[in-house]
Amino acid sequence: MTKVTFIEHNGTVRNVEVDDGLSLMEAAVNNLVPGIDGDCGGACACATCHVHIDAAWLDKLPPMEAMENSMLEFAGGRNESSRLGCQIKLSPALDGIVVRTPLGQH
Amino acid sequence: MSRCPSASTLEAAPIVSETVIIVGAGQAAGQAVASLRQEGFDGRIVLVGAEPVLPYQRPPLSKAFLAGTLPLERLFLKPPAFYEQARVDTLLGVAVTELDATRRQVRLDDGRELAFDHLLLATGGRARRLDCPGADHPRLHYLRTVADVDGIRAALRPGARLVLIGGGYVGLEIAAVAAKLGLAVTVLEAAPTVLARVTCPAVARFFESVHRQAGVTIRCATTVTGIEGDASLARVVTGDGERIDADLVIAGIGLLPNVKLAQAAGLVCDNGIVVDEECRTSAPGIFSAGDCTQHPNAIYDSRLRLESVHNAIEQGKTAAAAMCGKARPYRQVPWFWSDQYDLKLQTAGLNRGYDQVVMRGSTDSRSFAAFYLRDGRLLAVDAVNRPVEFMVAKALIANRTVIAPERLADELIVAKDLAG
Repeated sequence: MTKVTFIEHNGTVRNVEVDDGLSLMEAAVNNLVPGIDGDCGGACACATCHVHIDAAWLDKLPPMEAMENSMLEFAGGRNESSRLGCQIKLSPALDGIVVRTPLGQH
Repeated sequence: MSRCPSASTLEAAPIVSETVIIVGAGQAAGQAVASLRQEGFDGRIVLVGAEPVLPYQRPPLSKAFLAGTLPLERLFLKPPAFYEQARVDTLLGVAVTELDATRRQVRLDDGRELAFDHLLLATGGRARRLDCPGADHPRLHYLRTVADVDGIRAALRPGARLVLIGGGYVGLEIAAVAAKLGLAVTVLEAAPTVLARVTCPAVARFFESVHRQAGVTIRCATTVTGIEGDASLARVVTGDGERIDADLVIAGIGLLPNVKLAQAAGLVCDNGIVVDEECRTSAPGIFSAGDCTQHPNAIYDSRLRLESVHNAIEQGKTAAAAMCGKARPYRQVPWFWSDQYDLKLQTAGLNRGYDQVVMRGSTDSRSFAAFYLRDGRLLAVDAVNRPVEFMVAKALIANRTVIAPERLADELIVAKDLAG
């Protein structure tokens, strides 16, 4: 199990625990974390799982592939901490990761 | 709706005494359950599904789930524990046989009767069946449910001969998975090209060439008149009298909306259950969402029936909000995606009625966008490995933008700036 802390746009903090191998998007959707839709179920087709990764964790993640980078190009509020939650697989190395969710996905 | 509390009273106190029954347990149903709780509905939720499984995603059925790379648990929209926490009564493997819109009751196939305050018809659709001699052949399958995939998987063995009837999204996605698994795949399509209902000839020809390069035989303008053979072998008979041997036949020839329950209850139906922009049917207290609805779309000034996950999710949200007295009218650009081999096709909008196609990039590079316009206005895009064009087009379509074709085609203008 990997612990994930989601901090919502309004400051609400939620700590969840999820099975390794699931994605950050699945961790959010399975636990009803608002602000993450994941419409396409993780196919990197919709960009509705945009999250901001806490600076302390950013460089522990695998680099973005071209598809993810392109999908994010048009996401609202994109910055250097932006990732698509569906492309980040949780593992013990990410135990305790802190993620901020944007106001909305559209 | 008079029965709903106003939005202001809702903020003050959650609704506690009402019952919502959701008929169907697909993507729209699953979304509606989550949205009802998120919107503050605190009453009873009963989810009635004919399939004996919790709500799951259907798109992977013809992609990763078929290939065997995604387990069933990861198809679920929400984990089983969610339904307990959210206090949802799940009645799975149970069908609703009758709806009484006046008394607000449903009857289940086990004889029980349940009363509701609000009802959501999320009955989806079923695979259209072949109508020809041999349509009951044991080697003929359809692909719409997890159970369908279970029936197909055992026959997906390297070297087996697969005949796909229908060259739409589902057929081509199955072809891609099967070709990769080493089956000998033939696609039979009645129209002059594959994907004929949804793309222009140039995009269709591109997908045909990609499949042929992968070893798939594609035969267009070919009808199927029957299926012969015994349980050990199927023999697909074509309109020109040819017989094609197959170990496995899968027909992907469209979807029919499940409207029987609604129709029998006297709800207005017309190629789907007719709803307004808040997913209300013609009967008070009864809503509908997903593939089964015929709904208004403000962006295209028309009524549509869509077979798409995005539509199911958004209508699930809209219906849940409306049940809670919150008006959140549906206003969406339809979008779809398809994964085949290394290609990601993302389609935004609907191209029907287009009078011009503008290509950005070339099909040879396996990375291009086909923009569809009518009277200069952008209607739709098919983007192949072009996610930025897809995202930009979605915004342009929503705004009903008139745009110069030269700009769309000009690769010196970066895609992101097309919106500017």
